[in-house]
Amino acid sequence: MENTEIMQKYLLAVLVDNKPGVLTHVAGLISRRAFNIESISAGYTEEPSVTRINIVVSVESENELDQVVNQLAKLIDVIKIVNLSKAPSIERELVMIKIRATKESRADILNIVNIFRAKIVDLSQENVVIELTGQQSKIDAIVEVLSEYEIVEIARTGAIGLSRGPVPVKKM
Amino acid sequence: MRMNGAQAVLESLKKEGVDIVFGYPGGVVLKLYDELYKMKFPHILTGHEQGAVHAADGYARASGKVGVVFATSGPGAANLITGIATANMDSVPLVCITGQVANPAIGKDSFQEVDVCGITTPITKHNYLVKNVKDLPRIIKEAFFIARTGRPGPVCIDVAADVFNTEFEFAYPETVKLRGYNGQYTGDPAEIDAVAEALEQAEKPLIFFGGGVTLSDTSDALRAIVQRLGVPTASTLMGLGCVAQDTKGYLGFAGMHGSYGANMAIQECDLLVCIGMRFSDRVTGRVAEFAPNAKIVHFELDIAEVNKNVAVDYRVLGDLRWSLPILLEKLQASKTDFAGKYAAWMEHVLAVGAEHPFSYQEDGDIIKPGALIRKISSLSDDRTIAVTDVGQHQMWAAQFFAARNPRQFLTSGGLGTMGYGLPAAMGAKVACPDKKVILFTGDGSIMMNCQEMATIADHDIDIKIVILHNFILGMVGQWQRLFYNHHYSQSILKGKRDFVKLADAMGIKGYRLEKKEELETRLPEILAEPGPALIDCIVPEDENVIPMVPGGKRLDQMVLGGKN
Repeated sequence: MENTEIMQKYLLAVLVDNKPGVLTHVAGLISRRAFNIESISAGYTEEPSVTRINIVVSVESENELDQVVNQLAKLIDVIKIVNLSKAPSIERELVMIKIRATKESRADILNIVNIFRAKIVDLSQENVVIELTGQQSKIDAIVEVLSEYEIVEIARTGAIGLSRGPVPVKKM
Repeated sequence: MRMNGAQAVLESLKKEGVDIVFGYPGGVVLKLYDELYKMKFPHILTGHEQGAVHAADGYARASGKVGVVFATSGPGAANLITGIATANMDSVPLVCITGQVANPAIGKDSFQEVDVCGITTPITKHNYLVKNVKDLPRIIKEAFFIARTGRPGPVCIDVAADVFNTEFEFAYPETVKLRGYNGQYTGDPAEIDAVAEALEQAEKPLIFFGGGVTLSDTSDALRAIVQRLGVPTASTLMGLGCVAQDTKGYLGFAGMHGSYGANMAIQECDLLVCIGMRFSDRVTGRVAEFAPNAKIVHFELDIAEVNKNVAVDYRVLGDLRWSLPILLEKLQASKTDFAGKYAAWMEHVLAVGAEHPFSYQEDGDIIKPGALIRKISSLSDDRTIAVTDVGQHQMWAAQFFAARNPRQFLTSGGLGTMGYGLPAAMGAKVACPDKKVILFTGDGSIMMNCQEMATIADHDIDIKIVILHNFILGMVGQWQRLFYNHHYSQSILKGKRDFVKLADAMGIKGYRLEKKEELETRLPEILAEPGPALIDCIVPEDENVIPMVPGGKRLDQMVLGGKN
């Protein structure tokens, strides 16, 4: 994680066979090749036999990026990899933040929530839970602003993305 | 046809043309072994699962066919790991079928349960857990396809025990349908044009070939290209034999203990044509200063190898079976007198190589490792297979055994697995019963799988085990001598072991050679005798393998000659 300032981040959309063991294969490859990943998430797609894994990798060079892509592509159960950061695309992440909110601080927090167009999804006498969807930079920003208050816990999904226009990743 | 899962495994193996399995039975594979018994399926019981997997590896390397291993769950599967990793590093096609505990017991820390897919994921080309018998034929078909196509490698199939017992309607698929893998590697011919053009421009080219040529069985095409060009050549350890040793301009193998001529040529050439090799750290020396004067060409099937360790100027991506014939055709069509153009360079590299050939100094009565291996090489025919273990003897075998053909020098190159040799030699002999098989091993390595002497005795597998017995873990000792102030920490083997008695106890003949003249008076007839034999050769403990490129040094910064 050192040298983070010179590391470039890329969002890879990885289509894989929806078979047992596939996540082990992908995660195992990333760990044994010592690649840096910021986030990884997986879910079903429009095709029941295909799982989409979204990986944000952090690399020092184009060559290292090629290595990540080529090594992943070698896995038998990987069908397709597209670097969404190099194509016109939309990228989103979901975060949920539980924060201590006293009577005094609640109004301030609500103000921040409104400015970021986030949502309050749970409220009790002592805390609020905030939900926000957006690009990673926006999520980083709200977390930064809220750090002034007492954050109880944070859950982030990691980035997911789609290409712009009519062509899906599987046909790119 | 209706049958159970165990029968289906064996029927599938028959469909794949498997003629022998190396393995070891156990609890969850009892049903599989029962069907094997009833079907009289050929099987060799080794002394240890590690022996079985190395034997299958030796079988695969010698024959080019897929080696097959059976093992039970838990410890049986875990004992395969070193062998699977060995095969994976050297791209050897294996299919390992392991039993897993029954479906309801998976994940409960059941007796002899281990997560085979979890453990083998980093060291296999692919792996499977079979929980439903209906998936079995498809998975076995895919496993063989994956193991033998593209860049070959080991595939593990972990089968839940109840699957062996379950009856179903068996049908073996004709074809494989994998969305992410088709095993076809045809590339862009324009990339070959660029190489042909670079060869026209080059003045000091060198062809540098590796194990990919062996794996793709393309040594004929390579030899024709070399002949057309009249160009110097060098091998990697894994490429030994792909160009015959007596080919003009063949400089030997390059790398840490490679030849002076090959290493110097790499550093001096202006075009380095690398074919089916992967720029291992043992072959590049200091990687930043590898081939500093050369444009580098890389013929490679696996795109992930291109620019991985060394940045290349030209790549030819694709199967060598596709690319090399096209290159040859283009060169044949050219009117250039390549040999004439490269003549001065050829003369230069041969002269440089002749300054420091592989050599050893005779020392009275003592058997020198180089003399021993050179003698055995001279007693071997063009088809003899040399197998090695790992350490000093391995490097001496690479230096002094003249491999004339591919699949004739079998060694654990990438992983460097001590204990590989004896079982691999056994597997090679099983694959090629009409070829002589010689194992070069050391007094350290042989002990790591010496139980397989009993296996070769039981099956009368005719291999000759040549132990270079120096009473030390030689390569460890060499590094301790050179870089650790002669602190022979835990490397001295001055025990009371007696390899001749061990051979006798295991049921094979044993001989000891202690004097140089015995290489003439006794060795030829021992080697000529039919049946397995062990030859315990006493060699000096302080002999260094030279030349040597010390860690972090450039290929031209070799330590040369002189004792110690």
